[in-house]
Amino acid sequence: MKPAPFVYHRPRTLDEAVALLASEPDAKVMAGGQSLVPLLSMRLAGPATIVDVSAVAGLATLVVDDGGVRVGAMVRHADLLADPDARRVQPLLGAALAHVAHPTIRNRGTTVGSIVHADAAAEMPVVLAVLEGSVDVVGPHGGRTIAAADLVVGPLESSLAPDEIATSAWFPALAPGAGVGFAEIARRRGDYAVVGVAALVEAGGRARVGYLSVGDVPTVVDVTGVDPADAGEAALAHLEPGGDVHASAAYRAQLVRVLTARVLREAEAHRQTRQGAA
Amino acid sequence: MRVPTDPQTGPQTDSQTGEYLHDVRLRVNGVVHDLRVPARRLLSDALRHDLGLTGTHVGCEHGVCGACTVLVDGRPARACLMLAVASVGAEITTVEGLTRPDGSLGPVQQAFRECHGLQCGFCTPGFLTTVHAGLEENPDPTHEEAREMIGGNLCRCTGYQNIVRAVERAAVLRRETADGDRA
Repeated sequence: MKPAPFVYHRPRTLDEAVALLASEPDAKVMAGGQSLVPLLSMRLAGPATIVDVSAVAGLATLVVDDGGVRVGAMVRHADLLADPDARRVQPLLGAALAHVAHPTIRNRGTTVGSIVHADAAAEMPVVLAVLEGSVDVVGPHGGRTIAAADLVVGPLESSLAPDEIATSAWFPALAPGAGVGFAEIARRRGDYAVVGVAALVEAGGRARVGYLSVGDVPTVVDVTGVDPADAGEAALAHLEPGGDVHASAAYRAQLVRVLTARVLREAEAHRQTRQGAA
Repeated sequence: MRVPTDPQTGPQTDSQTGEYLHDVRLRVNGVVHDLRVPARRLLSDALRHDLGLTGTHVGCEHGVCGACTVLVDGRPARACLMLAVASVGAEITTVEGLTRPDGSLGPVQQAFRECHGLQCGFCTPGFLTTVHAGLEENPDPTHEEAREMIGGNLCRCTGYQNIVRAVERAAVLRRETADGDRA
């Protein structure tokens, strides 16, 4: 349970970090380390080089305006959750972040790191996908923006190139007259969800539901026009719930039906509350 | 205060693995320590092996059990999920740092003792650090908040009931101490 040897760099600037990543074969970026260090210790990951970006200037910035929330790569889950402006502008952030592991893990883990780790059991990749946010990355040939829909390409696999660093994630503000909901079932408080569901209902009736821990990748299904009671069944046509030691595939499918109805009703109630207040 | 761990005289590479050894300055419980460690040295191991601070316990070693919880700049963190080399510049508090300056038990430690909040004691250092920081943030937790505070720490002996009581008792002891200090 000890990591294998690796070369360690702790650059102070983004340029330096990008140069290191470009020049070192088999290098891995580390931000909060709450997913990477256990993988290193269990030797499920064994990069030759670690580029620790925790000291890179400018990555710990959180910018909130009426348009949305931009979360820098070194913003910890706990700091995003504690930010009242971020929670107000995009309420799904607070609703989901409270389910991300335990407070102790949230103190170190970063939201952007969790997103590009691309774990299908994680909350924040699904939140980004439901909200149609994006991730800004920078590499040796400059920067680009990756839409959430194009970010996760497989289990624990993002579309970032090996020499790219995610610098921030963008969560659009919740539009006037829209509402959100989030729920998950876990065996124990703070554990990975057996199934988690995030929902966004917009003023025009458009409804999107995102699922974590249901398949290999975070999945978003459009359930516009479907009655909440039937939306889970409709979504299952696009999902492949798996069975494992924690839950059978049939149980996961049942949770999809129940939680989808629950979060859609929650999102609709939230939408009406906001509309009434506006 | 500086503890002379004499890093400058040793070789800069590990004699067996050939790994580069980093010179790392850690600040633990207000004391500065200089040590020379490979990049892969976990903070939990640096505390125990290099600094001899064996109060921090290592349980699951992948961030689940909470036994190795220390405070990093006052906030709880899993020492097994941090690299020593990445802990430079932080103020680290271990369970050894929770006693009062005269060596007597701090309020959280005292409460665990009074309420029988431990049996084998293996998980206890992680509970003490977590509760210490939790009460700094929320000095008067409800019963539900006391349970939530320890939700990330596993105990296989007590069934948690006495630990929750200890959290509530520690809140009382802290207030009494604060009143006493003001008097």
